[in-house]
Amino acid sequence: MIPELGEVALILALLLALVQCVLPLLGAWRNNAALMAVARPAAAGQFVFVALSFAVLTWAFMTQDFSVAYVAQNSNLSLPWYYRFSAVWGAHEGSLLLWILILNVWTVALAAFSGHLPPKFAARVLGVLGFVSVGFLLFTLFTSSPFGRLLPAPSNGMDLNPVLQDPGLIIHPPMLYMGYVGFSVAFAFAIAALLGGALDDDWVRWARPWTNFAWAFLTAGIVLGSWWSYAELGWGGWWFWDPVENASFMPWLIGTALIHAQAVTEKRGGLRAWTLLLSIFAFSLSLLGTFLVRSGVLTSVHAFASDPRRGVYILVFLGVVVGGSLLIYALRAPKVAGGKPFALLSRETLIVIGNLMLTAAAAMVLIGTLYPLVGDAFHLGRVSVGPPYFGSLFILLMAPVVLLIPFGPFARWGKADGSALWRVLLIAGAVALGGGVLALVFGGDARAVLGTVAACYVGAGVVLYARKRWREAPAGRRYPAEMTGMLVAHAGVGVFLAGALLTTALSVERDVRLDPGQSQRIGAYDFRFEGVHEVRGPNWTAQQGKLTVLHDGAVVAVMRPQKRVYSGGQVQTEAAVSAGAMRDLYVALGEPLGSRGAWALRLYDKPFVRWLWFGGLMMMLGGFITSGDRRFRARRMRAMPVPGTATLAPRESAA
Amino acid sequence: MNRLLPLAGFLLLVVLFGYGLWWNAHHDVTAVPSPLIGKPAPAFDLPRLHDPALRVTKADLLGKPYLLNVFASWCFACGDEHPVLMAEARELGLPLIGYDYKDKPADAKAWLAARGDPYTLVVTDQSGDTAINFGVYGAPETFLIDADGIIRYKHIGPLTPGVIRDQLAPQLRKLGVQPAPGL
Repeated sequence: MIPELGEVALILALLLALVQCVLPLLGAWRNNAALMAVARPAAAGQFVFVALSFAVLTWAFMTQDFSVAYVAQNSNLSLPWYYRFSAVWGAHEGSLLLWILILNVWTVALAAFSGHLPPKFAARVLGVLGFVSVGFLLFTLFTSSPFGRLLPAPSNGMDLNPVLQDPGLIIHPPMLYMGYVGFSVAFAFAIAALLGGALDDDWVRWARPWTNFAWAFLTAGIVLGSWWSYAELGWGGWWFWDPVENASFMPWLIGTALIHAQAVTEKRGGLRAWTLLLSIFAFSLSLLGTFLVRSGVLTSVHAFASDPRRGVYILVFLGVVVGGSLLIYALRAPKVAGGKPFALLSRETLIVIGNLMLTAAAAMVLIGTLYPLVGDAFHLGRVSVGPPYFGSLFILLMAPVVLLIPFGPFARWGKADGSALWRVLLIAGAVALGGGVLALVFGGDARAVLGTVAACYVGAGVVLYARKRWREAPAGRRYPAEMTGMLVAHAGVGVFLAGALLTTALSVERDVRLDPGQSQRIGAYDFRFEGVHEVRGPNWTAQQGKLTVLHDGAVVAVMRPQKRVYSGGQVQTEAAVSAGAMRDLYVALGEPLGSRGAWALRLYDKPFVRWLWFGGLMMMLGGFITSGDRRFRARRMRAMPVPGTATLAPRESAA
Repeated sequence: MNRLLPLAGFLLLVVLFGYGLWWNAHHDVTAVPSPLIGKPAPAFDLPRLHDPALRVTKADLLGKPYLLNVFASWCFACGDEHPVLMAEARELGLPLIGYDYKDKPADAKAWLAARGDPYTLVVTDQSGDTAINFGVYGAPETFLIDADGIIRYKHIGPLTPGVIRDQLAPQLRKLGVQPAPGL
């Protein structure tokens, strides 16, 4: 009975979503306050029913109700409770439900914190979000309901995919979806602005905190995903350019461009059409990612292809949402006025260049991801292009962006002072050169030198600007949230670059055969293999190796890599990682060799690998800090900001 | 006109996706005729992945038919194909030579160690120069080469059980190889 309640709750949520979509949009069009007032209660009601439905599915997992087909496919009597919890979003149907739940969380948050928005505008924003929700609820109910029954109920389930049985996977999808779905808010703001025709720059200021917030979550999701594949896939890599990763990375690239373009539009009135377009693109790419991952167009070997209706449905929905919004854009955007003029050397120009590079990078990733499909269409066969393509192009496109980062804050709006920028270049360049020489002295190769140079260069830019503010701005106004966030995020880019390039350059990897008691030296560390014995977990048995790691004769770590066999028969390696600020030691268990207890082992010394995730987390933190700036919550700007000191604009308290 | 460009670009994408869905619904992964079929395989001289000191040439492999499977650790579709090879490589009744394409040897070894190694032996082509002579578009691709070194069959994209049963197995029988009865 209870699972059916989940289905009923979803149907009720669909009806409320329809109400939330149609009535407020109608009200905003006919100027009817009563219809517009429906938006908030409808959003709240929808949230309640979606949450109820989600709770019902969670309950089915907790009580191991194998009569529910989805539970039977993704759980098992021996699966521990915390993985049963995350198993709710372990496969297609449940992750869609999570998608909808998170969309509702965003909508309710918007309904609650939009008191400062003009009623018409708020009604339109909520209406657009309602439309998106209708699309996903229909998709779930008609093609992907997680509440289908299996009669007679099996006595045990098939178990969750072991790759997903990892703590990282408990929080990774929710974070990623918070980001993905969060771009729907920026999208709804843009569409509401286009529909209303009031394309002054207020909507951008209101959209900025939401966009930064969503971007920060997406950053967190990607960082977690990268860390998970490092810890779980067992061969020490942290980014693989596979379609699922690319699906989350494209919205991130466009989102990064968007949060910068929004700043230009809000403060200078420029790039208005571009900001609208990026808002549409960021969410479109989130939808596109969902389509690519869920429809099976790219990976026909996967199970999703078994239901072609899903692919067709998402394609139609994608066509309606993206095609519709681009059509609205085409019809309305010509009314958008241009902003203040800016000189060739100005902050606007720098942001435009950065934007173009980020957009080009997103297009490059899109083309690479779709290449198998294009190859198919032209009868070249379904083939993948891999890191040889992505890696080299991406570095080429991002290098100019990194080069510009230190200048951004120093360049004034409208017209930058060339001599000030020249001074920044000299100092940052000198620091970078110093870092490069240091890296050479310590014996790094070209990539290590490049990483150190880039990190020092970006870091010097951040420090220089923080110092300038400290000396020149009045106390109490030195570091408003928006600027602090920007500095933290930019510093994060530097830390990321150092981590990514240094770990690529300096990592030592060895495949070795070790007998028990034998040692292998990797870098400055001796790995002593103590042997392998069997251990048992709740739903697996494992061969667990033990290695003692010595540095100058002192034990620095005891590592226990595993090779697990899950109750479903799948084999999964669990690498042992000894994490540290300066280096990770990483061991994965290969195959047993011979009868005397020898094993093939993969040993890694990975210096600075944590830095790249730490840099990512700093970017995330920057996004969160920026979105907290109180200025964004002001209903109207009291005065136009003075060029070049825009972040010192009058700060009103929240409405 | 300018304002319509994004919409036009998107519609182009929709057409491509629609085509992709249609293709999936109506085809299994297909074989594309290659101009190399019926021609001698290009000569090659490549190091072995697990022991680069040993080299393998075309001449070394003459005398009985073999399958040459182009793969790489960076290749997403190869991950899909891999379990199929693990399950069926031994049933085919002929050697399966892995051709590691534009890959770092350490990555390829790790990839095989983590997932299992279905290959009789693996050669590595880091630069991809030899692959050009084979007309390799990307990975994965599979060539059936007979005892005289002639390419008899080529498959682009991942091998699936269906492709092996319907396309590869008949070709094998023509060469006198007897795959396991299930195929």
